[in-house]
Amino acid sequence: MTFELETAANPQGLKRVVIEPVSRVEGHGKVTLLLDDDNRVHQARFHIVEFRGFEKFIQGRPFWEVPVIVQRLCGICPVSHNLAASKAMDMIVGAQLTPTAEKLRRLMHLGQVLQSHALHFYYLASPDLLFGFDSEAAKRNIVGVAAAYPDIARQGVALRKYGQEIIRLTSGKRVHGTGAVPGGVNKSLSLEERDYLLKDVEQMIAWSREAVELIKKVYGDRPDFHNGFGYFRSCFMSLVREDGALDLYHGGLRARDEHGQSIFDHVDYRQYWDYIHEEVRSWSYMKFPFIRSRGREEGWYRVGPLARVNNCDFIPTPLAEAERKIFKAFGGGGATQATLAYHWARMIEMLHCAEGIQELLHDDDLLGSELVSQGERSLRGVGVLEAPRGTLIHHYRIDEDELIVRANLIVSTTHNNQAMNEAVRQVALQYLDGQQLTEGLLNHIEVAIRAFDPCLSCATHAVGKMPLEVELVDAGGNVIDRLAKNSDGQCGA
Amino acid sequence: MSKTITIDGLTVPFRDGQTIMDAALASGVYIPHLCHNPEFKPHGSCKLCTVNVNGRNAASCTMPATEGLQVLNDTAELNDERRALVQMLFVEGNHLCPSCEKSGNCQLQAVAYYLEMMSPHYNHFYPTREVDASHPGILLDRNRCIYCELCVRASRDADGKNVFGLTGRGMATTLIVNSASGRLGDTTLAVTDKAVQVCPTGALMKKGLAYTVPIGRRIFDHHSIKDVQTGGGHE
Ligand code: SF4
Ligand code: FES
Repeated sequence: MTFELETAANPQGLKRVVIEPVSRVEGHGKVTLLLDDDNRVHQARFHIVEFRGFEKFIQGRPFWEVPVIVQRLCGICPVSHNLAASKAMDMIVGAQLTPTAEKLRRLMHLGQVLQSHALHFYYLASPDLLFGFDSEAAKRNIVGVAAAYPDIARQGVALRKYGQEIIRLTSGKRVHGTGAVPGGVNKSLSLEERDYLLKDVEQMIAWSREAVELIKKVYGDRPDFHNGFGYFRSCFMSLVREDGALDLYHGGLRARDEHGQSIFDHVDYRQYWDYIHEEVRSWSYMKFPFIRSRGREEGWYRVGPLARVNNCDFIPTPLAEAERKIFKAFGGGGATQATLAYHWARMIEMLHCAEGIQELLHDDDLLGSELVSQGERSLRGVGVLEAPRGTLIHHYRIDEDELIVRANLIVSTTHNNQAMNEAVRQVALQYLDGQQLTEGLLNHIEVAIRAFDPCLSCATHAVGKMPLEVELVDAGGNVIDRLAKNSDGQCGA
Repeated sequence: MSKTITIDGLTVPFRDGQTIMDAALASGVYIPHLCHNPEFKPHGSCKLCTVNVNGRNAASCTMPATEGLQVLNDTAELNDERRALVQMLFVEGNHLCPSCEKSGNCQLQAVAYYLEMMSPHYNHFYPTREVDASHPGILLDRNRCIYCELCVRASRDADGKNVFGLTGRGMATTLIVNSASGRLGDTTLAVTDKAVQVCPTGALMKKGLAYTVPIGRRIFDHHSIKDVQTGGGHE
């Protein structure tokens, strides 16, 4: 766990390669490589500009607005922000959630994770996994998948839609609804809505199982390649339930080191700052969090599906638990470190979501009428949950007038900052070092980043599109070569 | 025989003392308006209710109805002007509908939908305006104030308290609170006061109700402001 290749020893005289995907709302990401005349990699960095100004923007706003405002952070997982902020506001209003409120929020969250994981796997990741990382760029997209594997593409669309329907029925809208409010929720399910969701849930479970089988097959066909791609070891952090089970909505923080040994466990997330620090580095707008007790060099960690499936003692739904055991055995019993194992873990989680949704839909508390509760007020609120991409921390302070005075958010992608940089460096060394750069080789770097499902991947890899520009700049700043990939996936100078 | 005017060719009866707006509303004819509320004296400031009376433009909420007036209301030209007025209101304040708790219950938003406003069109001013949350039960968010003075009128005429007032002109206009500190928490304003119920936007609101009505059950989710304000939308 070192910082090799983060900073070149002698940057003078090196060529600079910039991979800069143009993104929309989730932030702006780019990769820069410094190469010498023999195309040997001397420096590789992945930077994101994201969420700047947001914490400032909500200062002075009433706290109850925040769960709705923060959804605008992200068009892909707005529900995660809505729920994390609502959890923080529960603390501010001193609420003990009613069973109805908690279960509706859990349902909403499972729907969100299901649809997000489906979006990522089918739309963003499957083209690379099914066709190969340097396959023909024009076909390496969801349109290509739909042509070659129509069933798979159709299942992806249907799973996503199902998750969105859950979100719509629990929050009022498919995107940017208002379901969760401080202290609870604003609506429960009607009998018709419940039955409508129940009708298709078996099918969703069946398709999620197929997705797990698919990734297992892809992975198992070339295990050494998939295990070795962008490989490195790191700590992992996630929430776990009191009994050690996987829990996406609530729990205590658990961190394990690169050998699977416990660093901390069942930590009350309301004190997260005693355990996690955020480091600022001059070359990136995104902070670098690390585990305090391990220090910045040894304390960085991964979050998200891989961290969660590795960290939990079991998954509380039977089909996903059976898959977790297979996953675990494949990794030799310890934590699976492979970058591409994220995809596998993600599909196990999708299966868990589908099963969890079914279980909840049979619970009549979802139809209840006790929606909100309140108790003793507090001036501070911390809300943490496991968003599709990993641990999401929302932290607010309000004044006596109930207006926000300070906010701190640590989003999933930020936790993974160092790890994504590490993956980029490993891939740069493994595949690019000394090679003539091609689109396919550069895509290897993106494949590594995409495994983490960082928020920006949607923006850079929307249906069949990945506007991307790579520039070769010499030490004097002159552009010596340019490779552009336009929105239909074609490459041109 | 009662006296009548015509609005867009429709014969509309009126009683002496009624304005064109009064007569229109009584007959279920919608004239877009924001600063008018039938319970209070007309104010004539927003100009949204401007109609064409016998060839000249006039604010229908202040213009008395007189026998035989020929009124044009729902014309493309007048609605274009109204839309421009609403667009100016949007850029003059900070109206962030997507996160505003009044969304779905807001008359400014509803009238914008009615007038088919697709964008604010003008450049936003993004003024700096103060939020006053000092009252335990009431929030005053000046970002959303359109200076209709309904709260001023309600507090003075219905509540007998005179809590609110306007000062300044043009862009410098401000809604002020009549207390030594200038803060709402130091007034006698009560949650039950009429002044707290009349705000057409999300500027003056009771606390604790935010987002409690789910999307789909808010006033304007299924009914246009025209239906709601002429009584046509209620089942
Ligand atoms: S607070 Fe509301 S009622 Fe009062 S002037 Fe402003 S917009 Fe009108
Ligand atoms: S409603 Fe007549 S001027 Fe405002």
